Amino acid sequence: MPSGATADEMLLAFDRKREHRLLVLMPLFDEASKMRRQVVETMRILDQSGVDCFCPDLPGCNESLAPHSEQTLSGWRDAAARAAAHVEATHVLGVRSGCLAAPAELHGWTYEPVKPRSVLSRLARAEQISAREANETVTAKQLMAEGYEKGVTLAGWSFGPDLVNELATSELASSPHRLPITQEEVGGSPLWLRAEPAFDPAQAKALAVIIVERLELP
Amino acid sequence: MTAETATAEPTGPSRSAIDTTLRAILRDVLALEESQVEAFDADTGLFGHLPELDSMAVAGLFTEMEDRLDIVIDDDDVDGEMLETYGGLLAFAEAKTVES
Repeated sequence: MPSGATADEMLLAFDRKREHRLLVLMPLFDEASKMRRQVVETMRILDQSGVDCFCPDLPGCNESLAPHSEQTLSGWRDAAARAAAHVEATHVLGVRSGCLAAPAELHGWTYEPVKPRSVLSRLARAEQISAREANETVTAKQLMAEGYEKGVTLAGWSFGPDLVNELATSELASSPHRLPITQEEVGGSPLWLRAEPAFDPAQAKALAVIIVERLELP
Repeated sequence: MTAETATAEPTGPSRSAIDTTLRAILRDVLALEESQVEAFDADTGLFGHLPELDSMAVAGLFTEMEDRLDIVIDDDDVDGEMLETYGGLLAFAEAKTVES
């Protein structure tokens, strides 16, 4: 939490006290709901393949009651690091913008990571388009300027100024500990692009197989 | 297989690469079959005609167009007309590609 205090959040866990313990970080914002089922089904297959999986709710996300407008990227990184320590994670899988919260020192994978700035510009553009539908004129530039100064609501998500600034200025940190997983490796069309949430069993299986192979499980 | 078949002319004019890419993006966004997206013509209605193509989906569509077509879409470019039909969107993408 911004004050430095901690709060409890929900954690989806497949825990059988096995050697490999994977922390899974869902995408942030709109892609969280689009990808949730796909990611959970992937965790289920990993569980059946011998990998313990844990997916924490970051503060302000999913079932969390913490106000979204008070969240920051650094706060999410801190929360993810605490979750990793709590479950004794051995690896991390970041999915899309979830990669932005991955604890620096944890080994693992980034599945199609997205640049922080493009997360923000896509949401600003969605807000611009929906304003246009309501016959209002606002530009993405104006929305961003408002965001920097006092925070802004983009496509239903309220962003505090700190989060806007962090997303606008931070780079996608590459870590020597984490290797990318591309959509080409997983196959099929990217589910986060879909207008409606979707589930593709073949992609869930493929992603799980990639992780199992890289963990060198039998 | 005869030599004649192997050298036969294509049955129709070849589609531009932009057209092919744009259809592929729409297929991904709208979760359509290849055949459905192939059937799009210049008058096929998009934004305001397809309920699943909401503002968030359109924003994702633009981001993909920027990535896959290597173009930049400005705030001012986003108007109702270019989103209304497939033909409008294709013409916009072609004009942007020439610009860049």
